[in-house]
Amino acid sequence: MTKINSKIPEGPIAEKWTRYKEHQKLVNPANKRKIEIIVVGTGLAGGAAAASLGEMGFSVKVFCIQDSPRRAHSIAAQGGINAAKNYPNDGDTIYRLFYDTVKGGDYRARESNTYRLAEVSNNIIDQCVAQGVPFAREYSGYLANRSFGGALVSRTFYARGQTGQQLLLGAYGALSKEIKRGSVELFTRREMLDLVVMKDGRARGIIVRNLFTGELERYSAHAVLLATGGYGNVYFLSTNAMTSNGSAAWRAYKRGAYFANPCYVQIHPTCIPVHGEYQSKLTLMSESLRNDGRIWVPKKKEDAERIRKKEIRPRDIAEEDRDYYLERRYPAFGNLAPRDVSSRAAKERCDAGYGVGPTGLAVFLDLKDAIVRLGKDVIKARYGNLFDMYQRIVDDDPYETPMMIYPAIHYTMGGLWVDYELQSNIPGLFVGGEANFSDHGANRLGASAIMQGLSDGYFVLPYTMQNYLADQIAVGTIPTDSPEFDDTEKDVRARIDKLMAVNGKETVDYFHKKLGHVMWDHVGMARNKAGLEEGIKMIQEVRKEFWSNVRVPGNPNGINIELEKALRVSDFLELGELMARDALHREESAGGHFREEYQTPDGEAMRNDKNFMYVAAWEYPGDDKEPILNKEELNYEFIEVKTRNYKTA
Amino acid sequence: MDLKLKIWRQASRNEKGQFVDYEVHNISPDTSFLEMIDILNDELVEKGGDPVAFDHDCREGICGMCSMFINGHPHGPEAATTTCQLHMRKFKDGETIVIEPWRARPFPVIKDLVVDRSAFDEIIRAGGYISTTTGGVPDANAIPIKKVNADLAMDAAACIGCGACVAACKNASAMLFVSAKVSQFALLPQGKVEAKDRVKDMVAKMDELGFGNCTNTYACEAECPKEISITNIARMNRQFIGAKLG
Amino acid sequence: MSYKPYYSSVTKKIIMSLMGLFLVTFLVVHLTLNSFLLFNNNLFNEGAHFMGTNVFIQIFQWVLFAGFAIHIFYGIVLQIQNWLSRPKGYKRRAFMEESFFSKYMIYTGLLILIFLIIHLGNFFFVKMGWVGNGVPLTSNGEENMAQLVRSLFQNGGFVAFYVIMFLLMGFHLDHAFQSAFQTLGLNHKTYWDFIKGLSRVYAIVVTLGFVIIPLFIYFKIV
Repeated sequence: MTKINSKIPEGPIAEKWTRYKEHQKLVNPANKRKIEIIVVGTGLAGGAAAASLGEMGFSVKVFCIQDSPRRAHSIAAQGGINAAKNYPNDGDTIYRLFYDTVKGGDYRARESNTYRLAEVSNNIIDQCVAQGVPFAREYSGYLANRSFGGALVSRTFYARGQTGQQLLLGAYGALSKEIKRGSVELFTRREMLDLVVMKDGRARGIIVRNLFTGELERYSAHAVLLATGGYGNVYFLSTNAMTSNGSAAWRAYKRGAYFANPCYVQIHPTCIPVHGEYQSKLTLMSESLRNDGRIWVPKKKEDAERIRKKEIRPRDIAEEDRDYYLERRYPAFGNLAPRDVSSRAAKERCDAGYGVGPTGLAVFLDLKDAIVRLGKDVIKARYGNLFDMYQRIVDDDPYETPMMIYPAIHYTMGGLWVDYELQSNIPGLFVGGEANFSDHGANRLGASAIMQGLSDGYFVLPYTMQNYLADQIAVGTIPTDSPEFDDTEKDVRARIDKLMAVNGKETVDYFHKKLGHVMWDHVGMARNKAGLEEGIKMIQEVRKEFWSNVRVPGNPNGINIELEKALRVSDFLELGELMARDALHREESAGGHFREEYQTPDGEAMRNDKNFMYVAAWEYPGDDKEPILNKEELNYEFIEVKTRNYKTA
Repeated sequence: MDLKLKIWRQASRNEKGQFVDYEVHNISPDTSFLEMIDILNDELVEKGGDPVAFDHDCREGICGMCSMFINGHPHGPEAATTTCQLHMRKFKDGETIVIEPWRARPFPVIKDLVVDRSAFDEIIRAGGYISTTTGGVPDANAIPIKKVNADLAMDAAACIGCGACVAACKNASAMLFVSAKVSQFALLPQGKVEAKDRVKDMVAKMDELGFGNCTNTYACEAECPKEISITNIARMNRQFIGAKLG
Repeated sequence: MSYKPYYSSVTKKIIMSLMGLFLVTFLVVHLTLNSFLLFNNNLFNEGAHFMGTNVFIQIFQWVLFAGFAIHIFYGIVLQIQNWLSRPKGYKRRAFMEESFFSKYMIYTGLLILIFLIIHLGNFFFVKMGWVGNGVPLTSNGEENMAQLVRSLFQNGGFVAFYVIMFLLMGFHLDHAFQSAFQTLGLNHKTYWDFIKGLSRVYAIVVTLGFVIIPLFIYFKIV
């Protein structure tokens, strides 16, 4: 425990960040250009940080896995971004946003980080408007807001159902401007395969694979920022993009960085249900639909049965025979209950036999009342693109029949451990956005992911990284031919050669799907001791089988999509086990982590604040040893810890 | 469903490519087009072959990564739909599907169906942004914007940069892409300061990169998965005339 | 890759569209004059005489030739650039053009150019005395352009040729008229449908107008 130093500044919570900035170290403008920074990832966190650091004058190298920075998966965020502007005059404050976020995260977030997030949220909106992000507006010309799950105020700014896209394009514009100016150098179609840590313990570079040529490339810098997103794809099926992966974070872990709270996974309640074995990904329907939609299943099992067999249609079920279970269980928040609560409630109904859809793993999201109340045109203006998407995928008209939804893996609250400065325990290794263990605790509220990404990227990292870099001027350019670079590259090459040499019978996806099933069944929405223990064994077996029977065709030179996937899956096979271990050790239910043994008689999550009010920061001791648990105790000085309650306001 | 596929295979940028025939069987109509290619690739890998390289990422129609020219249309025959959102129920059992990469001089083929679209990034770099820096900006509500203009700006900003407009255009013109970005900022007060330089610089970059000239065929609008309107091109032309005259 | 065109693509197109609109206007004048033939040969001759002697028209004639030349020159330059921008075509390409005739502008344009040369050879060059035996004279010794036209259109081959070429010109105009507005940035959703409609009406009326004259003459209706 002594190993963990969160570096939280002294003082009242509302003054901590100001005090930090007042006392941080700065770099002389003339010297900034001599300092190099590597940014991996060009999503909201990485893109915004690279642009801002470039503007400040640092020499930035930015890496993305796709062909353009504009394609990072932040682009898929739909619903909106929170900020405590209180434009609607409904009683919002910075403290309330902070409070809602900490409560939404089931009191497992670091208070000081979350407060800072709420504090800079307003700057983000100002910044994005100045960049030309076309947020939704009222007829007055002023910005519009909508409500979102887990909050009683309307604080969500949005750009149709494409908020993430518009914010990312804003950051991409800022990044493009800096690339043109020459302060940022862009490397596309590069995948980071390892972190280079020097003998003195500082992170000084990365090894990437050029996905076009297959060559391994070395890049050095005075500091490295990972903004590589979450690891939800460990489940194979998730709302993440196909190339979203956990490898950068996992490789940092294996170089000594702590991995915090890996078991905190968010399962999003409003996804389009799984429809077949060949399916490659799940599609999210924005949570904003819950503003106007009501979620229900039939009250009678026999009705559910007949709907599954398509003998009757949803609209044939009379109003009194419908169970609006969220409204029933959580009268105060109703259909706007937080994501983890809503997801579990859906699972509970389906497991009890009330599910609909061909598989019985779906519930209805019904906008009929809203269509009647507001008219089809209003609903079309609000959700038209979502309805179109639903219709394209499911081949059903949502204006006529209720949509079917089911929870799916969406976001990982866990990630690399960072201190108040967003620096990991490896000096010089910073982590931003979803890749860090974040400000969300055990669950994340809607419209907060992009808030955190941009907060980290625009307003936190540029300050804290500068603080670290202030005494690095004397270091000079860092050569890439040092023994550390040689050794790290050798390790990567060995891993690739080993994969190519297996020459087995099964495809990478076969193993990925197998792992995904184990993770979903054993480390999914509801977990228990026996299941987790079995899951760990099964993951180990899949891993063993993978290394003896995977087939990676072709050669590592040039584009080799199977090799790319194999490298990612080989890391998921290790990461999945750590997730299960973390879930097993955390003997409580908190946010996205629900242990069946720890629930109230009416099925609500039961925390154990006495024994588990800490961040589990796992340390890598070597391949054949069990990971070491470090604990960062969470102290709530400015917020009263309560049992989460969405039943009454 | 059983399908015959004619897919363009090309080992690398400098090698010659050709069409190769494949067959896939027992495809469910609910499969997405890319999942159908996944199934084909699984079979190819199992037989020890080289899987078909294609660009894709989010698979929910927003990242703009997917880029196939399917049966004569960019992103296939369904309107307002990216390849990843196209489902096999839109095809007939036994049909032959021709799959080609985007074809345009500024989009060279890298491998199979993968093309290099960095030209689009270069166009954006020429001026597709508002040169604000982090911090030091006014309060968000200090700049009221007419709702109708904000909505039109959003319509233009919905572009995903996939390149379907260039692929569809018989001239391989990038006017719809460029005009969408120019329009977005032309409609907003924040963008007015740099408007003249922006339109001139972006058009000059577009020409330099070797995109063709717009001849108002409007194929781009018809094929755009995000239904970006050609009125944006007209708006850009207005902006351009204004910039040249003023 | 990094050639610097003297004019940008948009500038070239704006020049083309301005010249095009100029030619569109000219066609209306030309058709009006031609239509005199349907009513009165003398009226037509007087009109032709006016066109042939009025100082302003004489100067403007060269502006018109310049307009043609610029329109044709940029049309060809833009087309060559367009071909170069896609070195390898598609194996299967659907018909995606929303403005149907936009796909064939270079072909209709080049055919109209050929027609223009022949047409000038039939009339203008004769009048100028560069080819043929000159314009026939009327009884009172004035140039009888009407007679020249009527004798040409006794030939069925010429009539067919002119009619086909007028149709091609109609196809060219159908796209051209509204396209010029789009290029000049004059596209707004409230009147765009009107412009497209006007473009089509213009193309049909002008084409019909030109077509009926040789047909009427050939079939001795006028």
